[in-house]
Amino acid sequence: MLPFAGALLAPALVRVMKHNAGWLLAAIPLVVFLHFAGMLDAISKSSPISDGFDWAPSLGLRFSWFLDGLSLTFALLISGIGTLIVIYAGGYLKGHPHQGRFFSFILLFMGAMLGLVVSDSFLMLFVYWELTSITSFLLIGFDHSRDASRRAALQALLVTGVGGLSLLAGLLVIAQATGVNELSSLLGSGDALRNSPLYLAALVLVLGGAFTKSAQFPFHFWLPNAMEAPTPVSAYLHSATMVKAGVYLLMRLNPVMGDTAAWETILPLFGGATLAVGTLLAVRQTDLKLMLAYTTVASLGLLIMLTGVGSDTAIQAAALYLIAHSMFKGALFMVAGLIDHETDTRDITGLRGLRKAMPITFVAAMLAALSMGGLPLFFGFLAKEEIYVALGSPQSWQAVLLVVAVCGNALMFAIGFAVALRPFIGDAIKTPKAAHEGPMSLWLGPVVLGASGLAAALVSPITHRFFSSPTASAVAGSPVDVTISTIPHIGVPLFLSGLTVALGIAAYLRLDRLRGAMTAVLNAIGWGPDRGFDQVLRGLLRLATGLTRVIHNGRLDIYMTVTFIAVAASLLLPMVLFDELPLMPSVPDLRFYEWGVLAIAVIGIAAVVLARSRLTAIVSLGIQGFAVALLYMLFGAPDLSFTQFMVETLSVVILALVMTRLRLVPTDRRPHAQKLVDMAIAAACGVAFALLLLKVTQLPFDDRLSQFFNTYAKTIAHGRNVVNVIIVDFRGLDTLGEIAVVMVTGLAILALIRIRSKKAEVHTPVKEEA
Amino acid sequence: MQTLIFRTAAPYLTGLMLMFSVFVLLRGHNEPGGGFTGGLIAASAFAIHGIAFGVPAVRRALYFHPMAIAGFGLFAAAVAGLPSLLFGVPFLTGLWTSPEVFGIVVDLSTVIVFDIGVYLVVVGSFTSIALALEDREHD
Repeated sequence: MLPFAGALLAPALVRVMKHNAGWLLAAIPLVVFLHFAGMLDAISKSSPISDGFDWAPSLGLRFSWFLDGLSLTFALLISGIGTLIVIYAGGYLKGHPHQGRFFSFILLFMGAMLGLVVSDSFLMLFVYWELTSITSFLLIGFDHSRDASRRAALQALLVTGVGGLSLLAGLLVIAQATGVNELSSLLGSGDALRNSPLYLAALVLVLGGAFTKSAQFPFHFWLPNAMEAPTPVSAYLHSATMVKAGVYLLMRLNPVMGDTAAWETILPLFGGATLAVGTLLAVRQTDLKLMLAYTTVASLGLLIMLTGVGSDTAIQAAALYLIAHSMFKGALFMVAGLIDHETDTRDITGLRGLRKAMPITFVAAMLAALSMGGLPLFFGFLAKEEIYVALGSPQSWQAVLLVVAVCGNALMFAIGFAVALRPFIGDAIKTPKAAHEGPMSLWLGPVVLGASGLAAALVSPITHRFFSSPTASAVAGSPVDVTISTIPHIGVPLFLSGLTVALGIAAYLRLDRLRGAMTAVLNAIGWGPDRGFDQVLRGLLRLATGLTRVIHNGRLDIYMTVTFIAVAASLLLPMVLFDELPLMPSVPDLRFYEWGVLAIAVIGIAAVVLARSRLTAIVSLGIQGFAVALLYMLFGAPDLSFTQFMVETLSVVILALVMTRLRLVPTDRRPHAQKLVDMAIAAACGVAFALLLLKVTQLPFDDRLSQFFNTYAKTIAHGRNVVNVIIVDFRGLDTLGEIAVVMVTGLAILALIRIRSKKAEVHTPVKEEA
Repeated sequence: MQTLIFRTAAPYLTGLMLMFSVFVLLRGHNEPGGGFTGGLIAASAFAIHGIAFGVPAVRRALYFHPMAIAGFGLFAAAVAGLPSLLFGVPFLTGLWTSPEVFGIVVDLSTVIVFDIGVYLVVVGSFTSIALALEDREHD
């Protein structure tokens, strides 16, 4: 994956070449673009290309990719617009101290996004999906010294991250329901998923991922906030590519998940709501970028809506609009950035008459706006015609969608021209910085994108053959031929288009009044998902703090009590509940010295319980330990007994040392009630373990392992001591891990002791001063 | 704890225990014993010495920091597994050779290196804990 390598190189290149590195780095996406373009012919004619290699065969995971019309169109958009964006960023962030880092992030994102659209295996899809979220986080927060950037970045990460988890769950459910974990085989599985009882769960989870990523209402709020990012990022991630990942996913799954009642209700509903909310909110803004951001939200809603309607024409419309939107919106964002860069303001009320100062920008902006407004000769027109063909003959409630689409498109028309026309016409007014045309690196992108919006429409048969039809076919799951052309033909769609344009012009002329009305309405509501996000986050933090206080209260005795209660309960409850209590054994026939040893152990315990000072208790515990060691010896486990002796000795010594260090009161001063409770817990633990061991010994013993070790200890490992042979040879790796643990524990204890002594040192001088 | 009897007996006790620990370590393959037990014995020996003569004396006698000893042990145990890779058998498979030195057959193996590694880790870790605790008794 070339972009990842490029991301590594970028900072170094920028150091050497300053902002001109953009031109060279743009070669990377360009190469990718040409590479994918070379596949156009093959994909448009024949079946999809797929390939891959085994990643973790034991888990059935493959690193596999898959390329059909849909993926290819996306890949070309990503790499093509990416090329222009990298050039643009070279000019836009000229002289920025972190430009290298910026290029690095952009290329990383490009790699992730390309990976996302060509992924075949579910896991890869998810990994790339998350990678785009992370790179988006880095890019939104690029200007990390500002509070608003950081907040927006975190918000985007959290919203899309939660969606990503939902997507992962959804993919897992799909894999569970169909038994496949690759998109290509899923697409070939027909109705398997639709008929599965898990369908609805999978759908809701996948939609959770797609809606958050593609900023659907009510998750749309992160996208406008993400405009805190530098403009190249907004143009690239937050209009042309990343936010379309959700759309991509739904389009991809349309053949296997679409065409159900749930799909055809939920998607148009949310898409339509998003379209309406997006355009209405866009009207209210005066900031160029924010206006565009809300129209992006609206456009994504439109795409989701079309995907949801799911008829052949709707899918064609979605494919066309997808391509058109990426081009005109990318261009308009770059224009907005260009204006911002050259005049130092993005407020539409403070921009007038720039056409003389920035003629090239003006042309690019107009090209893009004409496409966005859906006027004839432009690609946006084709898309809009197709939308109206799809929605033009509505049944029952789909009429609502048509109304929403017409109004939404009209408002988008108005906003498109408000961004692209208004700042340029009229008498020039003073801007914070004297306006003049930007350098070539800045206007190249918008001009190329704007012009391609025109060119793509003029040569529409070719565009359809290579882009629209393969994309639509991939989404529909069956061959679809897109035929629409720029020559207007009389009919319902044209009439609707005309209506849209008329409404749009009306809205454009009354934009200021509309804005005032919208602001009033929103102020009346006063609450939005953006504020809701803050409230949820604050609530979560408070919950976490509260929970930590309760669980992590810093009192060792409570920790111990809880732990031991849990131990006793986990051992006793299952045995009692499932009636698995062991049979009581009869008193065994023991020799007198065996009774003697047992008696010593009991005496030891009695001494522990009765001991007045802590030191006595510790030493008495040693008595009991030694008695147990003796028992091991008597019953034929010399190794165990040996180790037990040593461990007992050392633990008594170390415990005694610790006790003397801690300077505790030498005697136990717990109140009687506390003592009783502790005693009960201790007794419960003891009884529980005794019962468990009894039960275990009453089960039939499988001695195959013992026999194996006894037989082979000498022949394979040359040792007669089976225990030791197991430790150092048969289970050598375990032992290696164990001694590593021993050492790390030792280090940790050492560190703990040192920390305490350092604190003591710090405290001493303070006392002296006092 | 620094009574005359204890201080007189301690050096002998320490020496004996150390010797015994090595004996236990080496015989571990065929008789009860081994690296873990041996290491515990040696650690107790150092602990006793520390109680009798103070921590600085033990640190001087050890020369290396106990944690360094433990680290070397872990390293040795890990390295003991490597030769088996050269022979294309799984990591840590014991390899044996029995050269004849002065007419006596001596069994040498990577396993003994591993066991010594275990011994050193246990000695090092436990000694450093014990010494650190004793150290604070004197400050």
